[in-house]
Amino acid sequence: MLSLGMFTDSFMINAWISGTMVAIICAFVGYFVVVRQSVFAAHALPQVGFAGGAGAVLWNFNPIYGLLTFSILGAISIGYLSRKEENDVITALILVAALGTGALFLGLSDKYAAGAYVLLFGQIVGVSFQQAIETVVLGSICILILAFLYRPLLLTSVSKEIAEAKGVSTSFIQMCFLLLLGVVCAITVPVVGALLCFSLLIAPTAASIYITSDPKKVMLLSLVISLIMMWLSLILAYISGFPIGFFVSIIGAFFYAFARIISFYKLKYKIVRH
Amino acid sequence: MNHILEILFAPGFFQSEEVMNALILGSIVAAMSGVIGVFVVMRRQSFAGHAISDFGGAGAAIAFLIGVNTLWGFLSFGVFAAICMEFLGKHAHERDLATGIILSIALGLESLFLYFDTHFTGKASAPMLILFGSIFVVGYSTVKIIVFLTVTTAIVICIIYRPLLLSSIDPELAITRGVSVRVINIVFIIVLALIVEECSLITGSLLSTALLIGPAAAALHFTHKIRWTMLWSALIGIISMWLGIVFSYDSYRWPPYGKGWAVSFFVPMLIFLFYLFSKLLGKILKARRVIYDA
Repeated sequence: MLSLGMFTDSFMINAWISGTMVAIICAFVGYFVVVRQSVFAAHALPQVGFAGGAGAVLWNFNPIYGLLTFSILGAISIGYLSRKEENDVITALILVAALGTGALFLGLSDKYAAGAYVLLFGQIVGVSFQQAIETVVLGSICILILAFLYRPLLLTSVSKEIAEAKGVSTSFIQMCFLLLLGVVCAITVPVVGALLCFSLLIAPTAASIYITSDPKKVMLLSLVISLIMMWLSLILAYISGFPIGFFVSIIGAFFYAFARIISFYKLKYKIVRH
Repeated sequence: MNHILEILFAPGFFQSEEVMNALILGSIVAAMSGVIGVFVVMRRQSFAGHAISDFGGAGAAIAFLIGVNTLWGFLSFGVFAAICMEFLGKHAHERDLATGIILSIALGLESLFLYFDTHFTGKASAPMLILFGSIFVVGYSTVKIIVFLTVTTAIVICIIYRPLLLSSIDPELAITRGVSVRVINIVFIIVLALIVEECSLITGSLLSTALLIGPAAAALHFTHKIRWTMLWSALIGIISMWLGIVFSYDSYRWPPYGKGWAVSFFVPMLIFLFYLFSKLLGKILKARRVIYDA
């Protein structure tokens, strides 16, 4: 059952490279998604990006350009329109407007089941060597930007008032964060698919925050979980041929449930000891 | 006169049975989700509403695989997910995460079963139908079921209208007045699930949020009396739906020829435009009030 093909096939090597990169960056960005409570935005942006990807497939571009354009535009409009209120409503509306466009592109495209569906559900065989390289380059840039923004992001997430008092513009930081999230989504979508991109974004951190509360430890732990999720999913998807998004979501949910059980017993133990 | 009509409505529009079914179905569902959407926006449950529809999609994919009417898949899974979500998260910040995790399980199952659908039934159209809707292929029997469900939900809403409104605006006050908020919440989320899943059948599980949130959010920008908001919201929903159906029918004459543009494209787009327009209108009205006051 465990053939060496999953490590030596050229398309699998591409999948391993981009999968690992995506898992690393998603773990870091995911931490901020959870502490900033932008779960809905993390759910919306990959699907907004998907519309762009479908458009790129329709006009025979490289899908990554479509993905990047749409998810960045989506991030800007969510950030701009929801400066004051109604964050959820704006996110939902931009999500459906973009998805509607995606439906249009899919409907007009002749390549019915192929290209665009890969973007929805993710497919490991769909990653080319060029895409793997693009993922690594864009992912590294994202990590650099994240390292640069780390302190202000953390500060504005923890306390808006202190951040404002120290002269940090929260709306500017929020915009930078959404843009970063947009780029991360754009590179994640071709690997795990638009529907389950956000599973990789939130599940590792959602599990980790039940185990520890120190930001650095949470990030480290969610990095480990995210890598395990991605690698296991790649192996299982290779063996079974099922869409990789399915495995990512189920393994993620498993980690989350496990972490909640652990934290429950930890609490009980503490109460008994006292 | 005839000529103008023919430009607006492509030939055969009024004769086609599918179009008539679509118009009836679209109007009642849009009206109902417009009304309930006002509560959803007031209670800040946009994400929950969206998650319910995605969960229904997983049920529809399973129903498609075993050859049952997808409506039943949508309804059963949607109601189940709604009840789960009501019980899961008590604190606001935890609820978003719990919703997210449940949503991701649902989407995972959905993608797996859609994969099975395309592989085992040989119908490559399954993902398109479930994710992006199929208003023109809804049969007359399904229309009857939906009409029945809509009437039932409308009656339920009428019965719980006052306590629901109170608990949406001010839960604490509702409790002191002796309203059992817990029961109202559960009844509300089940009704919400039923309506969301009806929308899902029409615009697809990914897009039903458009009809739910959009018209209500738009109406809330320019009117504050709750009954007027509901009326406007239903009206915006119905108009977007009608225009969407007309455009989509006409689009067979647009490039690229021979391919219709999806209803699921026009309806969310029109609703989004309505929303932006109402936001602007709301600002103008406010500015005028300020000027008159000064």
